[in-house]
Amino acid sequence: MNGKKIFTELLRMVCLLAAVSLVAFLLITNAPIDPLVSYVGTNSTLSPEAKEEIAEYWGLKESLPKRFLTWAGHALQGDLGTSITYKKPVAQVIGERFSYSFVLMLAAWILSSFLGFFLGIVCGLYQEGIFDRCIKVFCLILKSAPTFWIGLLLLSLFAVKLGWFPIGMAAPIGKLSSEVALGDRIYHLILPVLTLTLVSISETTLYTRQKLVEILSSDFILYARARGENRRQLVFRHILKNVALPAITVQFSSFSELFGGMALAENVFAYPGIGTAITAAALNGDVPLLLGIAVFSGLFVFSGNLIANILYGVLDPRIREGEAL
Amino acid sequence: MRSKRTVFENRRIQLVFWVVLALCYLLGIFFVGLGVKESAYGICFEDKFLAPSLRHPFGTDGLGRDMFFRCMKGLSTSMVIGILAAVVSSFLALVMGILSAVLGGFVDKFINWAVDLCMGLPHIVLLLLISFMMGKGMKGVTIAVALTHWPALTRLVRSEVLQIRSSLYVQTAYRMGKSPYQVAVTHMIPHVLPTYVIGLILLFPHAIMHEAAITFLGFGLPAEMPAIGVILSEAMNHIAAGKWWLALFPGLLLLTVVVLFDVIGDNLKKLWNPQSGNQ
Repeated sequence: MNGKKIFTELLRMVCLLAAVSLVAFLLITNAPIDPLVSYVGTNSTLSPEAKEEIAEYWGLKESLPKRFLTWAGHALQGDLGTSITYKKPVAQVIGERFSYSFVLMLAAWILSSFLGFFLGIVCGLYQEGIFDRCIKVFCLILKSAPTFWIGLLLLSLFAVKLGWFPIGMAAPIGKLSSEVALGDRIYHLILPVLTLTLVSISETTLYTRQKLVEILSSDFILYARARGENRRQLVFRHILKNVALPAITVQFSSFSELFGGMALAENVFAYPGIGTAITAAALNGDVPLLLGIAVFSGLFVFSGNLIANILYGVLDPRIREGEAL
Repeated sequence: MRSKRTVFENRRIQLVFWVVLALCYLLGIFFVGLGVKESAYGICFEDKFLAPSLRHPFGTDGLGRDMFFRCMKGLSTSMVIGILAAVVSSFLALVMGILSAVLGGFVDKFINWAVDLCMGLPHIVLLLLISFMMGKGMKGVTIAVALTHWPALTRLVRSEVLQIRSSLYVQTAYRMGKSPYQVAVTHMIPHVLPTYVIGLILLFPHAIMHEAAITFLGFGLPAEMPAIGVILSEAMNHIAAGKWWLALFPGLLLLTVVVLFDVIGDNLKKLWNPQSGNQ
């Protein structure tokens, strides 16, 4: 992948991201919610004149395009406004919350990638065996199960019945954040990570298996078998390379589902990340935070797609050499 | 040769059998759920938090409401939303996919761009924003779910149409003076119909799951309506007290519905295109 191609890709992403922000902005500003009311509360003693003044100060009287441009101008400078729910700048809220969500998503993402890849390879190699059939049914069921339901089941089994894990939150209640040890954090992370891993693993496994089945029926595998290579040699010399490439790409382009699963899992476990923040923002009519998180989630998905596109060019020798010609 | 043929026929009959069985189950839930009267899951404080028994197969909740009938009623509501979403989204996908492939050029670029745009936000976030704009509630979630499930199917329809656009019989039809509209109706739509119908069926489970998810987060169906999302988010408050049945059964029922829609879709795919059965 050369510089020019990366640049065009980047440009396309920036355009799309701008459009995504515009769509999010239009959706939110059309909501039957008065930002003023959600700011001062429904039973405030503010005089109509004072309210008028705030609306004037916020620029609520301006036309929509102008409001969007003002917001976008500030957003580009890193100022996303102030969250009504948390009484902090939106950028700061997103930063704090995302650090929690990031750990959760990263752990689940890595676990489901490696485990799913491994399971997929084993299933593909021993097609139609007992193990393959069991894993396939297991994956089909997991694929159709709602994330929050899996979370609830894990919660009631491991936290309530067996008492192995805490019921929720990211740290023990009643401890200052500075006192929370790393061990506590990990302890509280296990169930949410398990939920998110279970949800994302089926896609990876089924995809890897499908690819493996395709590759196994190709001519170069037949030739390798004819040369007398055993199963181990086949896997390490030919299969891994060919399956890993599409699997990695798919893993990066699944950021959208990962984000959705994270939002649901966090709400089940009351985990203080982006997912609980966006529901709180929408429930409280916290327009700046909702808009900020929406745009941020778009950025998250786009960076995943961008990495997938670039990696595809970097990792695939066929594409790399095709450009050199 | 003869024995092979009977095996093949058996396999087809098997597939049809499973499809019909799944369909019966789904229709059963749908109609039973529609027919459930409100009194069947009325409030009864004497019976609160009963564990599953013969009288209450799914147990009862904190207000003594029968969970089985609440779940059935909720699922049928979900299915209505699912049907609406499937009809609206798949129609959008069919029109846009064909337009994109037949007209090409600017229209194609624009539709591709719109697909990318719609997929640019995580689906949950998009649903949440639309529902937020519509002021939550039944209307919000129905519109949100109905309007956001077209992108994947649009891509599928587009690639199918692109395959036959340059084929001889389509070119001939053009040379014979048929208009793009006539070609689309007489050649393209029949060609993409199998893909389209399967895509439509496989759209159901997505729509139902998304409706449940967005309701669970509190932006979908209102709390007084029976719905799986509402039931599960209520269950969250009682799970620490060991009321496991409040979460297990409603989710299981939803799971069977989603899995069966998948089974129907996959089996129809195999019936229509036996080659895909080998994958």
